[in-house]
This record gives sequence, structure tokens and C-alpha cells, in this order.
Amino acid sequence: MSDAAPDPRPDPRPDPRPDPRPDPRADSALDSRAVLEGPDIHRALTRIAHEILERTKGAGGVVLLGIPTRGATLARRLGDRIEQFEGVKIPVGSIDITMYRDDLRLRPARPLGRTDLPPDGIDGRIVVLVDDVLFSGRTVRAALDALNDLGRPTAVQLATLVDRGHRELPIRADYVGKNLPTAKSEKVKVFLDEIDGRDAVVLVKGPPAQRRTQEPAKGDAK
Amino acid sequence: MNRHLISAGDLAKDDALLILDTAEELARVSERSIKKLPTLRGRTVVNLFFEDSTRTRISFEAAAKRLSADVINFSAKGSSVSKGESLKDTALTLEAMGADAVVIRHQASGAPHRLATWVHGSVVNAGDGTHEHPTQALLDAFSMRRRLGGLDGRRVTIVGDVLHSRVARSNVLLLATLGAEVTLVAPPTLLPVSIDTWPCSVSYDLDAVLPKSDVVMMLRVQKERMNAAYFPSEREYSRRYGLDRDRFAKMPDEAIVMHPGPMNRGMEIAAEVADSPRSTIVEQVANGVTIRMAVLYLLLGGEIA
Repeated sequence: MSDAAPDPRPDPRPDPRPDPRPDPRADSALDSRAVLEGPDIHRALTRIAHEILERTKGAGGVVLLGIPTRGATLARRLGDRIEQFEGVKIPVGSIDITMYRDDLRLRPARPLGRTDLPPDGIDGRIVVLVDDVLFSGRTVRAALDALNDLGRPTAVQLATLVDRGHRELPIRADYVGKNLPTAKSEKVKVFLDEIDGRDAVVLVKGPPAQRRTQEPAKGDAK
Repeated sequence: MNRHLISAGDLAKDDALLILDTAEELARVSERSIKKLPTLRGRTVVNLFFEDSTRTRISFEAAAKRLSADVINFSAKGSSVSKGESLKDTALTLEAMGADAVVIRHQASGAPHRLATWVHGSVVNAGDGTHEHPTQALLDAFSMRRRLGGLDGRRVTIVGDVLHSRVARSNVLLLATLGAEVTLVAPPTLLPVSIDTWPCSVSYDLDAVLPKSDVVMMLRVQKERMNAAYFPSEREYSRRYGLDRDRFAKMPDEAIVMHPGPMNRGMEIAAEVADSPRSTIVEQVANGVTIRMAVLYLLLGGEIA
């Protein structure tokens, strides 16, 4: 975590005392604040792109697959950066995991996202899954199941802009933009220029009496 | 979305578009090597068919299986229905077997509506008498949208036996919701009396309407439902309302030809027209599986109310 504000690993539980100072970066009210701004996101993605190149020794055979909606956008950005740095164009696609979710029955049926595989497929490739927020790990588990029906990659890696902790499955990210300690009741919203008109990661305080969030904070920023 | 799909008229524009958009994504599943999704694992879909059907029953069965649901096929022939069991008792039997959805085709208009009051699961109308066939209308709209790009302001002409056609009624209702302009063309004897209440216009002159059509949908002449003489002879019907090569040439170059099947080749549609690249008849069958997957997913994929 190179460039964001110093991160003293605060207690993940929400601070019970209200902060008397208005946060200069406050998003709307006192209950939400931006933890990453445009330039922070830019730097984090640049670093991830370099890390992917390093780990995969030049990104030969790499396919970037974003999880819609914002993961797909992030995957495109990473693809552009890798092309910029090394001059190689790597295949970028998206993989919708809605039909593979384990919580489908907890909510009304949801609209599907887009699955767009590169023309050469994923067999024998190194697939890097890209998502905006890594939380329970259930989305990634669903993505692994979906991949299983689409082909047989040599290896699967995971890149995420924000890792907010609270994993419920044995899943970890290979590339992390920012480790963000959060309370379970809080929500992490990711805004991206292509979709939302600005770049930011915002932490929203949860309600005081917390109900367990069924849905990982994905897709909240509609 | 409602819990049931009984009438195309029950679908708001947003519901209809959600089904079409969902189908658009699911169409890609049919192009994969593994054409199966785990979404409806553990759910049971019963196909309850009191009337003969090939494509609709197979299509619903394929759709449910691609979503990993368990499928029970029930046809009236060879079942207790031929011993005189009532629809309600049959329904309660299915209910006791734990059906999450019942897909029903029945010769009586309104049967799915009655069924919906007896069972807890979702009821999907797969054709009831001369009333409605909503998934056919959805797959037709889907086929049109894929060929033409959008439906708003498109001119759709539906030709033939409107009186006995559940496809026509469902299509008129759905297409009106989606913003298309529908014209029905038929002999006066084959139009229902209430036709002026339908959201469409009516013409008796096919040749005048063809040049102004983006879509021409031919309906089957349903001889099995005709208990009177609705037109003098098949030959005369075919000459006035059949889509032959000359009439096909009058359509705009981009216009498409549709038919819900099964076709009476040589009667309402010439073989040459049915097999032309501008005919969507085979596509309609493939799209049928996709659209039924979308409907089953949206009815059963989420939490059950």
C-alpha cells in the first residue's frame, strides 16, 4: 500500500464515538468517506499491471477476465496498461457469475451480466480474474465454478482493487490494490469513471444495529 | 415480475425487456461446449401437456434441463386423465410431488389461470385453447429484436387464422407493450368479434400491407379447431392470404418472415419463402429454448415468494 494515507490497521469495529471534525473528503454525509481517490486508483492499477507482468514473466498466455460490472471495467484498464508497458496486447473478457451464485435463493432473480470470452478461449491460458471488491470470497468461488464450465486454464489468479477482509471461504487475492480494514456492517462502494463518471472507493458506515449483509458489497454503486 | 406467466398482457414493458435481455445473455450458453448452468439445481419443473405439442414441450424440457432443474413430463394420453381425473386433482397430485413450476398446455382457454389458484409453484402458460401462448410471443419478439435491432416503431403484420390463434393474441399484446405497430390481416370470418378492443389495426388486403411491413408473421390455419366453413376453399384462402413468391417480392428488402410452426407448406406459406434466408422459422425454434430458459430462471431462480 504505497501511496494511500498511512494505514495504522485500526480496529475493524466501527468507532462508537462520532468524529467531531467534518472529513474534508466526505462523500455525502458523515457516514461515508472516500478511501481511494482517482489518482490512488490509477497508481494501484499501474502497480497491479506491473505485478502481473512480473509474476507471469511478460504476461505471455495471460487472459484477463473481469467480473461484471466494475471488474470488467477494471480488467480493460489493466489490459490497456499492460499493453502500454510491454507493447503486448493481451486478451480481455468478462465472466458473469450470477447463475453460479450460492445466494440466488435469498433474493429475487437478478438480471444477468455479460460473459465475453476472448475468441481463443481460456484453455491452457493463465486466467487472471479481476474484481472490484474482495469480501466473503463467494463471488470468486462462483467465478471458479463458471470457469470450470468454460474451459481448463493452466492457472487462475485473482486481482482485486480492494480487499476488505471478512473472508468466508479459503480464497485469497494474488494482486491487491489496497487492503482496507472494514467492519462487516460497512459497505465499500467503488465508482469508476466509465460507469459512474468519477473514480473513487468510498467506505459507507453501516446501520448501528447490524443485520448480516447477505450480499457482498459488490454492485452497490448503481 | 409476477409469480406466474399466464398472459403476455401481464408483462409490463420492464418485465418484457428483462426477459429479452436475460435471454440475450443466455443465448451465449447455447454456443458453449458445456451448455448447462447449475442455477435451478434441486428445482422441479413439471410439463403438463393435455394437448399435442412437439416444439413447445421439447423446448421447455431442454430449457429446464440446461438450467439443471429436474423435469417431469406428463401428457394426458396414457395418464389418469383418460380415466376421468379432473384438472384440479391432477394439479394437487403434482403439488404433492413438489413441483416448483408447472408448464401447462391445455385445450381449454383459461386452464392455466385456474391452475394458478390451486398450486403453490409458478404456472407457465404453454398455450391454452385459443387464448394465449406468452412464451411464443416472447420468443417471436426476441427473434425480431435479434434480426432488426429493436422493436420500437417496427411494423409487424400478422396474417391468417387470428380467430383460433393464441399466438396472435399474445403477440399483439406483447408487441404493443414493446412499442411495435401491429396490423392483423385475415378474412373477416377468421377475426374474433372483440378485435376492435385489441391494441392493433386490422386489414383485409394483404397486398396493400406487405410493402409497409418490417415483419410478416404467418399463422397456421388451425383445421383441427375449425368446426364450420370459415373460407370457401383452401385454394382460395391460399391465393388471398398465402405468402407466395410474388407477395414475398413486395416486402421491403430487409423485412423478415416468421411462422410459429407447424407450417402448412403451400397453404399459408410457400416452401420457397419458408426456406429463404429472410425467414426466421428455424431460428425461432432455437430462440424458443433460450427464451424459456430466461422465463424459468426469472420465475424460479430467485427467492420463492
